[in-house]
Amino acid sequence: MTETAVGTATGTPRLMEGSEAIAEAMVVAGCRFFAGYPMTPFTEILESMAEKLPPLGGVCMNAESELEAIGMAWGAAATGTRTATGSTGQGLALMQESLAELTLARIPMLVINMARSQADYFQATRGGHGDSRRIVLAPMDVSEAVELTQLGFHLADLYRNPVMVYGDYYIAHTYESVVVERRDFGPLPAKDWALDGSSGGTGAAKLLSPLGDYKQRDDVGYDLADYYARVEVELTAMETDFAPMAETGFVEDAEVVVVAFGTPGKFVRYCVTELRAEGAKVGFVRPISLYPFPTEVLREAVRTARAVAVYENSAGQMIDDVRLALLGTVPVEFIGGLTMDSSAFGVGPDLQVPIIKQRIVDACRSAGYELGEGF
Amino acid sequence: MLEFENRRIVDTSRPPEVPVKLVDDFTPELIDVGAHHLCPGCGEPIAMRLVMEVLAEQELKNRALAVFGIGCYTAFSNNLDCEVVQALHGRAPSVATGAKRADPNLVTFTVQGDGDMVNEGLQEVLHAAARGEQITCVLLNNGVFGETGGHMTATTTIGQRTKNTLEGRNTDDHGHPIRIASLIAELEGAAFVARGAVNNAGNVARTKRMVERAIEVQLLGIGFTFVEILTMCPTGWFVETEEAPAYLDDTIGVANSPGVLRDIAPDSQSSSSTTIS
Repeated sequence: MTETAVGTATGTPRLMEGSEAIAEAMVVAGCRFFAGYPMTPFTEILESMAEKLPPLGGVCMNAESELEAIGMAWGAAATGTRTATGSTGQGLALMQESLAELTLARIPMLVINMARSQADYFQATRGGHGDSRRIVLAPMDVSEAVELTQLGFHLADLYRNPVMVYGDYYIAHTYESVVVERRDFGPLPAKDWALDGSSGGTGAAKLLSPLGDYKQRDDVGYDLADYYARVEVELTAMETDFAPMAETGFVEDAEVVVVAFGTPGKFVRYCVTELRAEGAKVGFVRPISLYPFPTEVLREAVRTARAVAVYENSAGQMIDDVRLALLGTVPVEFIGGLTMDSSAFGVGPDLQVPIIKQRIVDACRSAGYELGEGF
Repeated sequence: MLEFENRRIVDTSRPPEVPVKLVDDFTPELIDVGAHHLCPGCGEPIAMRLVMEVLAEQELKNRALAVFGIGCYTAFSNNLDCEVVQALHGRAPSVATGAKRADPNLVTFTVQGDGDMVNEGLQEVLHAAARGEQITCVLLNNGVFGETGGHMTATTTIGQRTKNTLEGRNTDDHGHPIRIASLIAELEGAAFVARGAVNNAGNVARTKRMVERAIEVQLLGIGFTFVEILTMCPTGWFVETEEAPAYLDDTIGVANSPGVLRDIAPDSQSSSSTTIS
């Protein structure tokens, strides 16, 4: 049995590389269209989908760029097909125009961002023009990625909006023993907006447009201000309905709370657990949904804390959301940093238990929390 | 009638003394509202009309999907009784690709202008053609960005005046125009490639047969189909409305002569393919 962010899996575990496990999770979730452009460490997901989808009657497209990958996904999703695409870093940046506009077109799809470091946080949670917003789910390991991938499709269809899964190099390339089985997250609204051509000639042909769904025959025509305001209502409803996801540990009496997400979040969880066993009153918060950010969970978790330390493998991006959540009530210190291998694709030397533990200890001391002997 | 500088003008400051009487409604079956919001003399409504007539005549109205780009013609995307996906500027071929691959029963066509297709989205249409996507891309080519007010595109002809080539496009400063239909006709994935125009009745009839053939070939499932339609833009060309059809012949019509550039389909029931031009 595997404990994950969304429950307990009970099937037979298999040893799988993260990329293949995520691909398998997409397929069992009913994804039948995938489009992508190779880019490390996203590439192996594309490879797996190219292998898995055709035998099932699905389609995997080797797009000529990320621009076309998300365009193809847009067209497929418009037919009501469960659809995904993905990329990383610069490739995700190329997709941002479509990604933002998909919110206005109200087209659901899953976007897998296998980030090279954690520096895609801003473009994942805030990327794109206009007032678009999207749920972003960040697993800490392969098991959780399998669950959140399936949940992502469900949330996309539930809210008719793109959803992003924020993975990383570790999750892409780590082999883990995982259970991939179909999850049922409850009923979904019918896709009565999906296109198959059949409403043509009826006097009420369907229109899927980021400019709005008004028809000239109804004497309306385009009214962008009105339509954008309508979409804004839908987005607000999504944010109200969706309960932000986070894992917390040892926060009840913590002097210092450490915040981290994704694979580094799992490292921090381990470091904090060890420090607790050694007698340090430290706790952790691991945001699982990066957007909407688990603001309330964080506020509750720092009630006894004299300081909050944020560990990210970037120059510090999520720290902005931590500060916004706490609004100056608790000092927030950055203990992460940009770290990657020399290719800039992989994992940097800072992501190491002794280094992270030492930084947490240092953060405790600079916050005036005197640890005993041995730290 | 009022007079202004010796010209008789229609007084639009109050309702007409005699109400307008609808003699006949010429609106094609799949266009919801006959009146459009484009400029007088624009060629795009004529091109849209003949595409929609072909779909109705071929009885494809309940399996057709249009993918629109962004330009003046986008005004038609919410005026059709045919299913529509609105794409971003330049992105219609990839969106059409995804829709057609996900639902092969669809008869899928894109509507794009020269700015949309040949400037912003050139690689989209070339790759869709090379892949042999079973879609029909329709290019409405007037050689300018009409919607922004008459600026140079990749198909603006040498010597043509636009708002950012005030002395006329020249090769030293602005390079050469792209003859997109000729380019696509070189690609093995393309099954049917033609170039028409809507600046006179003969060209409209010929272009309609090209669209008919393109849709027929799409249904054969043997490759990518493409129809370029040269359209008038008197507003963006800064010429009088009535001069625009002749201006088309003298500018983009010279560099892009109408005709069928490629047709690899085995002769279908319609043998018109060889006689279109």
